[in-house]
Amino acid sequence: MSLTAKDKKIVKAFFGKVGGQAADIGNDALSRMIVVYPQTKTYFSHWKDLSPGSADVRRHGLTVLTGLLEAVDKIDDLVGGLLNLSELHAFTLRVDPANFKTLSHCILVVLAGMFPAEFTPEVHVAVDKFLAKVALALSEKYR
Amino acid sequence: MVEWTDAERTAINFVFTKLDYDSVGPESLSRCLIVYPWTQRYFGGFGNLYNAEAILSNPMIAAHGITVLHGLDRALNNMDDIKNTYTQLSELHSEKLHVDPDNFRLLADCLVVVIAGRLGTDFTPEMQAAFAKFLSVVVSALGRQYH
Repeated sequence: MSLTAKDKKIVKAFFGKVGGQAADIGNDALSRMIVVYPQTKTYFSHWKDLSPGSADVRRHGLTVLTGLLEAVDKIDDLVGGLLNLSELHAFTLRVDPANFKTLSHCILVVLAGMFPAEFTPEVHVAVDKFLAKVALALSEKYR
Repeated sequence: MVEWTDAERTAINFVFTKLDYDSVGPESLSRCLIVYPWTQRYFGGFGNLYNAEAILSNPMIAAHGITVLHGLDRALNNMDDIKNTYTQLSELHSEKLHVDPDNFRLLADCLVVVIAGRLGTDFTPEMQAAFAKFLSVVVSALGRQYH
C-alpha cells in the first residue's frame, strides 16, 4: 500500500492547515493513548506524572507531532528522511512497533474530534495511510 | 465475565444516548469501506462503491450501517453477558457471511473516529477508554463461534 500523488497532496494540505495546533494534537493523542491503552505506560515509567495534559505528556506530545510534521515534509522519501528517527526508535527507545498503530489510531481520533469538518473520509484514508507509512519507516532499522 | 466499573457503565450509556444512529451508522460503515477498501469484498451486491462519494451516498450502505449500529444495542442491554449475547450473530458472520473477524476491529475503529467527530471534547480519554473496551468485548464475542 503506497501513497498516491493524491494522498500526498491531501496529507500536505491537511497538515498545512492544522499543523499550528501540533502541541494540542500531540498532547491529546498521547494522553488518550496512555489512558485507553494502559500497556503503553510501560514506556514512560521515568515520568513523574502520566495523567492527561501533564507537563511530561504535553512536552512529549509536541515532540511526537513535530516529528510527524517533519515526516510530512519528507513524504516523498519517508524511509530515507526518517533514518535517524528510525535508529532512535530501534536502538535506543526500542518501542514495540505494534504501538505505532495504537498511537496512529489515537491521532486519528483526535484529528476527527478537533477538525470534524476537515477530517472527511478522504482525508481520513490519506492520513491513515500516511501514518502507516511513517510507522513502517520508523521500523526500518529494527532488524 | 467482564467487569465494568460504574464510571465505565455511565460513560458507555452516555455515548449511546448521544448517538444519532441514522447518521453515525452510515458514516461509520462508509468510512470503513473507504479507509479499508478491502472490506468492500463483503458488499458485492450493494451497488456502486466506486469512490468515496458513491459510497457516502449509497442508500443500501446507509441502511446497513444503521442495522449494524443497532446491533450494538443488544450488548448495551446485556453488558454482563456480552459473550453469549452474540452467539447467533457470530455464527452468522462465520458460517454464512464468511467475514474475516479482523474486519470487526476495523469497523469499531471507524466508529470511534466518527463518534469523536460528533462529540468533540465531550469524548474524553476516559470515555474513549470505556467505549473502546465495550467495542473490544463485542468484537471478541463476534469472533467466538469461528472455527
